[in-house]
Amino acid sequence: MGVEGIGASVVRKEDKRFITGKGRYVDDVKLPGMTYAHFIRSPHAHAKVKGIDASAALKLPGVVAVLNGKQIVDDKVGNLICGWAITSKDGSPMKMGAWPAMAPETVRFVGQAVAVVIAESKNLARDAAEAVVVDYEELPAVANVTEAIKAGAPQLHPEAPGNQIYDWVIGDENAVNDAFSKAANVVKLDVTNNRLAPNPMEPRSAVADYNEAEEHFTLYTTSQNPHVARLVLSAFYNIAPEHKLRVIAPDVGGGFGSKIYIYPEEMVALWASKKVGRPVKWTGDRTEAFLTDAHGRDHVTHAEMAFDANNKILGFRVKTYANFGAYMSLFSSAVPTYLYATLLSGQYDVPAIHAEVIAVYTNTTPVDAYRGAGRPEASYLIERMMETAARQLKVDPAALRKTNFITQFPHQTPVIMAYDIGDFNASLDAAMKAIDYAGFAGRKAQAKAQGKLRGIGVSCYIEACGIAPSKAVGSLGAGVGLWESAEVRVNPVGTIEVLTGSHSHGQGHETVFAQLISDRLGIPISQVSIVHGDTDKVQFGMGTYGSRSAAVGLTAILKAVEKVESKAKKIAAHALEASEADIVIENGEFKVTGTDKAIALPMVALAAYTAHNLPDGMEPGLKESAFYDPSNFTFPAGAYICELEVDPGTGKTSFVNFVAADDFGRLINPMIVEGQVHGGLAQGIGQALLEHAVYDANGQPITASFMDYTMPRADDLPSFKLSHTTTLCPGNPLGIKGCGEAGAIGASAAVINAITDAIGKNNLEMPATPDRVWRTIHAA
Amino acid sequence: MSTVKLTVNGKAVSVDVEDRTLLVHLLRDHLNLTGTHVGCDTSQCGACVVHIDGRAVKSCTILAGQADGASVTTIEGLAKGDELHPMQAAFRDNHGLQCGYCTPGMIMSAVDIVQRHGGQLDEATVRHELEGNICRCTGYHNIVKAVLDAAGRMKVAQAAE
Repeated sequence: MGVEGIGASVVRKEDKRFITGKGRYVDDVKLPGMTYAHFIRSPHAHAKVKGIDASAALKLPGVVAVLNGKQIVDDKVGNLICGWAITSKDGSPMKMGAWPAMAPETVRFVGQAVAVVIAESKNLARDAAEAVVVDYEELPAVANVTEAIKAGAPQLHPEAPGNQIYDWVIGDENAVNDAFSKAANVVKLDVTNNRLAPNPMEPRSAVADYNEAEEHFTLYTTSQNPHVARLVLSAFYNIAPEHKLRVIAPDVGGGFGSKIYIYPEEMVALWASKKVGRPVKWTGDRTEAFLTDAHGRDHVTHAEMAFDANNKILGFRVKTYANFGAYMSLFSSAVPTYLYATLLSGQYDVPAIHAEVIAVYTNTTPVDAYRGAGRPEASYLIERMMETAARQLKVDPAALRKTNFITQFPHQTPVIMAYDIGDFNASLDAAMKAIDYAGFAGRKAQAKAQGKLRGIGVSCYIEACGIAPSKAVGSLGAGVGLWESAEVRVNPVGTIEVLTGSHSHGQGHETVFAQLISDRLGIPISQVSIVHGDTDKVQFGMGTYGSRSAAVGLTAILKAVEKVESKAKKIAAHALEASEADIVIENGEFKVTGTDKAIALPMVALAAYTAHNLPDGMEPGLKESAFYDPSNFTFPAGAYICELEVDPGTGKTSFVNFVAADDFGRLINPMIVEGQVHGGLAQGIGQALLEHAVYDANGQPITASFMDYTMPRADDLPSFKLSHTTTLCPGNPLGIKGCGEAGAIGASAAVINAITDAIGKNNLEMPATPDRVWRTIHAA
Repeated sequence: MSTVKLTVNGKAVSVDVEDRTLLVHLLRDHLNLTGTHVGCDTSQCGACVVHIDGRAVKSCTILAGQADGASVTTIEGLAKGDELHPMQAAFRDNHGLQCGYCTPGMIMSAVDIVQRHGGQLDEATVRHELEGNICRCTGYHNIVKAVLDAAGRMKVAQAAE
């Protein structure tokens, strides 16, 4: 592998700028003549906009313009779209309500923008916004799915009667009915998957700059996928043709899904920059992030599982109501369908599955993919179900899982996914050993003697990553292909630039991607630069989400570097007067195998660019590009076990131990992989214990700051014990599965299974706050 | 408008700011020291922590005018030239950062924590002391490791002085 190659825990190249304060985030961008935007947002969850009076604001010093929703509609800026078409069980298309970037007539969630002030400074824009008078006529609002689907509920969009976006099904209903008719035992479970706010630490920000002479826009934006942003802004929102729009996503301070989407604020900044003829900057504050960044999860599910007399699963029946919020965000429709219901087989051999998903509008912030996106909801449901079943059937939860594990691969589930490889027993065994599962009963008794309730909880997750085979997702309704592109440029001095369509917002691509080059060409990672996040530099790319950057993005780089190697070998063979077939690459040199004849990479590169002595007919230069489209999803899987204690007097949970055994296939940089797992676990544990985006019955958010929404802090979390069991993914040449979301997908169920084990009551919703746990313990 | 005179990273500066200007905005907007970040509006997240006269302070909790006459150190002023502060080096070596946004505040808080505890730190103390700094990427696991590592390095560095 070499000291900096594949498998080496190299410290990150990108760190120096971050630890010295030299990172460059969007809000750090300053342009000459820049103005500042402040949005005027609805304080009501549902209201008619009767009028906007900006006359007083326009008289204030430093105010450049006040623009409103009617103007943006009149200027033919397109409505926001959802890019994945879902068809209901009756064959009708999903019912998408119109979403203009600023509301001209009706607001449908608290925080929806109705107007924007452009001024000479942030403070002046904020002052002027206070002077804009908006006349609202309040309408009845509805915030949760249970209320929204009732007859007589307030209606959000005329396009979606009954607030229903779609009623979608997957699986064989007859086969499931048949399984239940033969069941020895049926286990029922109702589960709520709590709504979360993603909260990357960097709030969203946009700097838009219109050049009138060139009719060209530049947008600096906090995006996980700048090329997708350019495509959508161009093709659907009519901002400018693609060649007249440059999108730059520089250092981005975390995303977790929430920075995939193109939001109204970026559209308005671009449009306003042209309107006022000056650069416009908008940077959200934290409350705006809570109000406008797409939320995650928010499912209500009824599920039943049928078992035979040997505790083998016969069938699984699921009905889920998914809260979409007030509008359909960019990939919202895919999350509770193809990213959720297709994973309902979990790690288990389930002969028959049927799931129905009903997507519902409510007067809340739009919901879309958040770390894991559908897969955490599936994993939580299955793993709570397995635990509930074990308790009902009076068998050990780990043993029940082992009884039902899939052990033969490839395995076709009844819900589309074909698992390529895995070893679920290996990861569960590793986790059980790491936590001394066998010794738990003794520890529980000891804790009891000290007045503490100790519990242990298992969670065996599987997810689909490496999103995704374009042809497959196209057939399922995706509006885009999900391949990745790369370009490898060898400079005449032998240093290398790699251009990638993946985008790093904390994942460490500048190091990991360079490690592949180091591994292949034998040069230090310091001689490799990774270029990303700028549509003028990188031709195209699909960005980073769904744990796809290593499995898809890095494979594209591999394909490009293989082409570079092929050409370089020809040049080397020519220079060394040897046969191309005899050239091998070792430690940065092209050698004639079995001899001491060699030529170093810089000399090959120089020969390629001087072109004085190239093989006949060869083009000069050493630069190759590749597009890689995977053949299947990848299937990371693993086992998490949590041991904790509950204080029955306060309901407070304290971690004793948290172990993870993950199978991510090949690891490029184990240190970075483990960091990804730590962060994911924190988000999964946060969901289980602390986090909840709460609305009151009228759609007023009551958790719109870090004072109200409980983010996991250092003293809420344990240190984690990680290990890896490895089966190499057969779907890509590097054998990579992806690691970005696993922690968030698997952790929540382990925690809730452990708490319910500790307190001896199975019915406990997330977040399991001390108050909720105490009430559950002491409920009659 | 007021004139605020202070020392920032060892340099005397004089800045005319609106009276309502927070110290963090003086640093970012007037001095272009953009390493100090804003992550919330409620002084919860700690992305803006700097040192004022040697103590860690959330620079969003203090008006620029209140810092008049003070000596402020930001993340940009922590290293000695090319030589990283032991805390910066420990964050890099222990992979104590991912997106980097909370990192400057984390490092400035962590230096203060080690200084206050005289290098006598354990994991529970570090976790408790980091309560005012939120990170969404790392799950804190490697941040805690980094702070404990740096506490040892700072002790050695102090002994050498």
